[in-house]
Amino acid sequence: MAAVEALRRRSVPLLFLSAASLFCIALSVTVGSVAISASDLWAVLSGGGEPLHQTLIMELRLPRSLAAFATGGLLAVAGALMQVLLRNPLADPYVLGLSGGAAVAALLSMLSGLPPFIVSIAAFGGALGSAVLVFGLSHGRGSWTTTRLLLTGVVVSSGWGAVITFMLAVGPTEQLPGMLYWLMGDLAYARSPWPALIILALTSIILLPLGRSLNVLARGPMQAAALGVAVRPLEWSIYGSASLLTASAVTTAGSIGFIGLVVPHMLRLVLGNDQRLILPAAALTGGALLVLADTLARTIIAPEQLPAGVITALLGVPTFLYLLYRSR
Amino acid sequence: MSTLAARQLVIDIPEREDGTPLDFTIQPGEIWAILGPNGAGKTTLLHTLAGLKAPRKGEVALNDQSLNQLRRKQIAREIAVVFQERQDGFPATVLETVLIGRHPYMAPWDVETAEDLELARAALERTQLSALEDRLVSTLSGGERQRLALATALCQQPAIWLADEPGNHLDLRHQVEAMKLFANEADVGRAVLLCLHDLNLAARWCTHILLLYPDGRACWGAADKMLERSALEKLYRQQLTETQVDGRRYFVPATDRIDD
Repeated sequence: MAAVEALRRRSVPLLFLSAASLFCIALSVTVGSVAISASDLWAVLSGGGEPLHQTLIMELRLPRSLAAFATGGLLAVAGALMQVLLRNPLADPYVLGLSGGAAVAALLSMLSGLPPFIVSIAAFGGALGSAVLVFGLSHGRGSWTTTRLLLTGVVVSSGWGAVITFMLAVGPTEQLPGMLYWLMGDLAYARSPWPALIILALTSIILLPLGRSLNVLARGPMQAAALGVAVRPLEWSIYGSASLLTASAVTTAGSIGFIGLVVPHMLRLVLGNDQRLILPAAALTGGALLVLADTLARTIIAPEQLPAGVITALLGVPTFLYLLYRSR
Repeated sequence: MSTLAARQLVIDIPEREDGTPLDFTIQPGEIWAILGPNGAGKTTLLHTLAGLKAPRKGEVALNDQSLNQLRRKQIAREIAVVFQERQDGFPATVLETVLIGRHPYMAPWDVETAEDLELARAALERTQLSALEDRLVSTLSGGERQRLALATALCQQPAIWLADEPGNHLDLRHQVEAMKLFANEADVGRAVLLCLHDLNLAARWCTHILLLYPDGRACWGAADKMLERSALEKLYRQQLTETQVDGRRYFVPATDRIDD
């Protein structure tokens, strides 16, 4: 009975969040320069509707919305994983220098005038390269601790930061807006949402059975080992998957801040700290929030567009502070 | 019914001589105490016996099988460790914390069953924590957290207990309750090993004693043989007064320190 109860306790919030996510995506495809009513949306989705609506939804808004959902989900899950791995509430997906590495590689290829497709690949490579660099450096002579990993990550990040500032300072003026938009995180350049969505789905499925081990790991590596967790392999797989998730997110939309830090915390304040619930909930909530933020970013001062990263911070800061203030 | 054996074991403490290789077997029903001054390596020995730290030489065997050949999960079904220091990690309730003791028995997809919950509640009952079931661990007192650690290990249903200073933070009554708990566990065939600072708890409850000196030398044996005033005085470099109450020996520190 307890098992059934536990499953129900977990599935209710997840069902609610799934519904909310669908609602956010539906909302995002109906809002914009041409408003589309719910009935028109339904007509398009069931294979009919006006050609203009079809193009708008199926070719422009839905892919962008799905890309936003995938990116937000990836970041929130990566953030939740990093917080458990480092046992530090300040950890976010970028804490180990992944966004910096991605940004340096992406900006370099922008400066070299390479096509957007190559910029994405460079960002992916830069993020993973930075992850490997930080891991290798903190590994040292075989004994990495979370403090050392964190410290190495922070220092490498600030190194990347300096390189980015340098490139912005010497870069040609006409390329600055593009570079800045990339740095702030923007979904306008997102191409196919599928790679990010597939990676999000796959890692979620792989991570779900690890949830309880993560709960145990959150109590410290010694305690976890004493309770039968193979700590090192688990830590490596968390590090690897969080890096992969973040690299995919950064490749899709640049470095969007805040979602990865705040969504896991918001969920912990509301739902408790069972990773079996937090991880899928983070995927849904992060996704839904970024869809909303992106919708706002392209409508608030339409036809001008804001980078979605600005909106996530503007919405996230007060929401998070409110939840924190209200919590025990 | 399980045994834990040290075989020519030398624990790895940086920049220390090998000292005496440890060679003993903890049998079901026995309660061992490791005694020694601060920094003698009691915790390192306990972690090495649990397979959490690699020895410098020799090996630890669980039921005649080297710990190296066993998976962590198999070890965790036999050995529970009560740590001296604990990390709270993220906020969790008392009940959630006890339930993680069931982790070694659960497959990745399993959720806690009614039986697990029953075991967890029974463990809370035995450590007098039932009333605190829904409290956040961060709101507990030091002694309550110590009992929670005991409850978590109880919920793990180990054949072998390794507890590092289990009396830390406990008031007198709860110290006795904790020792009674270990005695009950030993009575039903579990093996118990404790790092202790309190000679009198060791004298009252333990069947075997291991004396660990800061230079790595060690000796071990039945409690009544090991608890010699002169040996203990050398161990702690502290003069002791021995008294007898109800036919049992007790040791009280005398005021003068021995200078050697």
